[in-house]
Amino acid sequence: MQLRINGTLHEVDVEDDMPLLWVLRDELGLTGTKFGCGIAQCGACTVHLDGVAVRSCQTRAIDAEGADIRTIEGLGTPEALHAVQAAWLTEQVAQCGYCQSGQIMQAASLLAENPQPSDQEIDDAMSGNLCRCGTYPRIRAAVKRAASLMQEG
Amino acid sequence: MGRLKTIARRTFLIGSAAVVGGVAFGVYTVRKPHENPLTAGAGEAVLTPYVKITADGITLITPRADSGQGVYHVQAALIAEELDVDLDQIKADPGPPSPAYWNTALAAEAAEFLVPAAGMMQDIAEGAVNSVMKVMGLQITGGSTSVPDQFEKLRLAGASARETIKAVVAEREGVAVADLTTASGNVILPDGQKIPYTSLAADLAGAEVVQDVPLRDPSQWRYIGKPMQRIDMLAKSTGTQGYGIDASVEGMVHATVLMNPAQRGGMSDYDASEALAMRGVKAVVPITGGLGIVADNTWRAFRAAQAINVTWEDPTFPLEQAEHWAALEAAFTPDAQDSQKRNDGDVDTALSDGEVLTAEYRAPYLAHAPLEPVNAIVRVDDDRAEVWTGTQIPRFIQANVSRITGIPADNVTVHVLMMGGSFGHRLEDEVVKQATEIAMQMKGTPVKLTLSREEDMIHDFPRQIAMARMRGKVANRQVEALDLGIAMPSVMASQLSRQNQPAPGPDSQIVAGAWEQPFAIPHQRVTGYRAQQLAPISSWRSVGASSNGFFYNAALDELIEAAGADPLEERLRLCSDPLARQALEAVAEMSGWSGIGGMANGSKTGRGVAMTKSFGVHCAQVIEVTDADAGLRIDNVWVAAEVGRVVDPVNFENLVQGGVIYALGHAMNSEITYAGGVAEQSNFDLNPGMRLHQCPNIVVRGLENGDRVLGIGEPPVPPAAPALAGAIWAVTGTRLREMPFNKSVDFV
Repeated sequence: MQLRINGTLHEVDVEDDMPLLWVLRDELGLTGTKFGCGIAQCGACTVHLDGVAVRSCQTRAIDAEGADIRTIEGLGTPEALHAVQAAWLTEQVAQCGYCQSGQIMQAASLLAENPQPSDQEIDDAMSGNLCRCGTYPRIRAAVKRAASLMQEG
Repeated sequence: MGRLKTIARRTFLIGSAAVVGGVAFGVYTVRKPHENPLTAGAGEAVLTPYVKITADGITLITPRADSGQGVYHVQAALIAEELDVDLDQIKADPGPPSPAYWNTALAAEAAEFLVPAAGMMQDIAEGAVNSVMKVMGLQITGGSTSVPDQFEKLRLAGASARETIKAVVAEREGVAVADLTTASGNVILPDGQKIPYTSLAADLAGAEVVQDVPLRDPSQWRYIGKPMQRIDMLAKSTGTQGYGIDASVEGMVHATVLMNPAQRGGMSDYDASEALAMRGVKAVVPITGGLGIVADNTWRAFRAAQAINVTWEDPTFPLEQAEHWAALEAAFTPDAQDSQKRNDGDVDTALSDGEVLTAEYRAPYLAHAPLEPVNAIVRVDDDRAEVWTGTQIPRFIQANVSRITGIPADNVTVHVLMMGGSFGHRLEDEVVKQATEIAMQMKGTPVKLTLSREEDMIHDFPRQIAMARMRGKVANRQVEALDLGIAMPSVMASQLSRQNQPAPGPDSQIVAGAWEQPFAIPHQRVTGYRAQQLAPISSWRSVGASSNGFFYNAALDELIEAAGADPLEERLRLCSDPLARQALEAVAEMSGWSGIGGMANGSKTGRGVAMTKSFGVHCAQVIEVTDADAGLRIDNVWVAAEVGRVVDPVNFENLVQGGVIYALGHAMNSEITYAGGVAEQSNFDLNPGMRLHQCPNIVVRGLENGDRVLGIGEPPVPPAAPALAGAIWAVTGTRLREMPFNKSVDFV
């Protein structure tokens, strides 16, 4: 099947029900998307499907066909940061950093849909993403900072 | 690291060693502490490299493994402080992962420094069981006596390298050393010309090292004590940080394991015919205690594992959770006494009459559950083996792979990779042993083993299960007597047994976080009881103190209540250490303490307080809880921790907040229980910890009144649960004596 990932079309030969996560990681070497739980409880595998945050461990490859798939690698780069990544850097969110790809993709999706979320809306949108190191206070601050960065354009 | 603490600071000697294309600067450690190191022969001292300069760049060797606590960054900053390089100019490398750079002696000694856990194990082997995990999430390197040494030693290495570089330039250019300055990785000549350190690599290789360089006064520090951007932050904000699970080796296959769900039980029979017929499956091979499933994709291996039927043997520990608790209840006997490190006044007489309070407390098994499931790549050839993994114990791994394969340890290379969290989990190396056994059955092929979350969690080697019994008495509105007995299996014995190491003497972790608390209760006794070994257990962030900080503070709270005193005021009155007092006064001030509030004031908001001294750090916390319609909500946490010196205030705050969140999340809703010998919680749906919407506002203050620089990864954990329990009591009137608290109350 063909998958459009970060603007590039990839031909992959996988089972229909292989989770998108493992297509990305093991078939295509896009390892920025992380495996944490495999049951949509941690959010480490969050990617965008047509701009909407989904858990790639629960997204069958066949269901992603035809969609515009975006991973952390396609959100921004060290040289050209997305506003959410810039905010993450300024707030120095990460500890081990393993969950942060998913956190950032979740936050980017939230802000695309709701550019000025309230505290409650941030909590609601981000509570499906676990951070075992406990960087939640910084995640909250970074989402708010990203919102203002995007507001400033 | 263990032996370093016996060496006076000034016995360090800076040296250099030629490496491919340049030079490495480092510190000699003295093998025989009683001899003058300045005359130590070559056989008695080995260089530990910290600064490597080649034409290609400057590498700071940051040998403590990084599991998220920023220790690469902090070590690099300490070196850079004296070396005069910018943190964006350098590469931080944990050391031996680039074996080409190092000769054998260098690698061996670097490995020594890489392995704080090994140092801890060594301390234990030497009978110094009081030394504990120096590993997990520490501000610099560890909470024990080696830290001040490390704080100085890394700067010494940087200073010596800087002055050696200047001496080389002075001689070459015919100018006085005093006329040279250094900045941003350059020597600056009197005329302003800049000579990059990297251009001097060849000259430096044979240079005599400048010794006894005075360290800069703190007033001159550019990095230490100031907010810095962690060197790994950009990679971790862009998905470009590679972790062990992201590593790739040419020609590798993907594998997983299906292990006896009862940890460390055996396997009697299996049928893998269905799995072997599945797409991409290459092999199913027996390994100790289970099967390795090899495929061309991790998910295909996971799926194949689910299609295998296995007959498992029972584990060697009790099958049901109630039996585990019964074993602890049975351990409160003189025969099982492990230690009695505190016995002040006359507890027996004090408790022989009048009203004696009693209570019993419990703390459950807890999985570490870092978010990156454990993984390793291993390739075994006829005469050599290679390992890529995120670990805190590379030297044990080297020894274990050597033992399993029969390949000499010198031919086993361990590449230490970034860890997606640990909390103590990566002090175990079962995953490497499993990958090695699989790789031995397919020689020459690199095997990448990734555990499913379920395999990882049910085989987590959880935190110890623990129980405490308190007897106490109050008089004249004061706490008069506390007799605290604590029973648990020995974490150290369990953990060391998996490394074929003995654990002689008492296990100080059984009473850590309780016996040494700075409260002068007139009659006070803390007794440790060693329960029989039950499920295999391992060091969990703050180890013994993670349960004992709760027991001690919860018992104290009950006595203070009986005395009719204020929990913060009475702690201050009892406080016997000025550093502890300052920590308590700090949280009183930060929180605007005016009593516990709650029901007594007709308020739905109440407060609790706790303080635990662990890893040398006095950490005090006040926690505020509201009894909201949807359940109990933790609103605010105020934390003060005495660490001597805050190296990086941003990283410090992040680590303290993280420690509090880790502790509160587990106290609220997490445990591992056994049924039929199998852990009942296998994923985050049953074992979530804290989620973002539950996260309180956490205000952190680092105190710098002490004269020792101490680590901060673990000390925020022990006082959090008891402070929460105190606040819950204030708003509900319910004393919580067993974790997790959601057994008794509901949280938002």
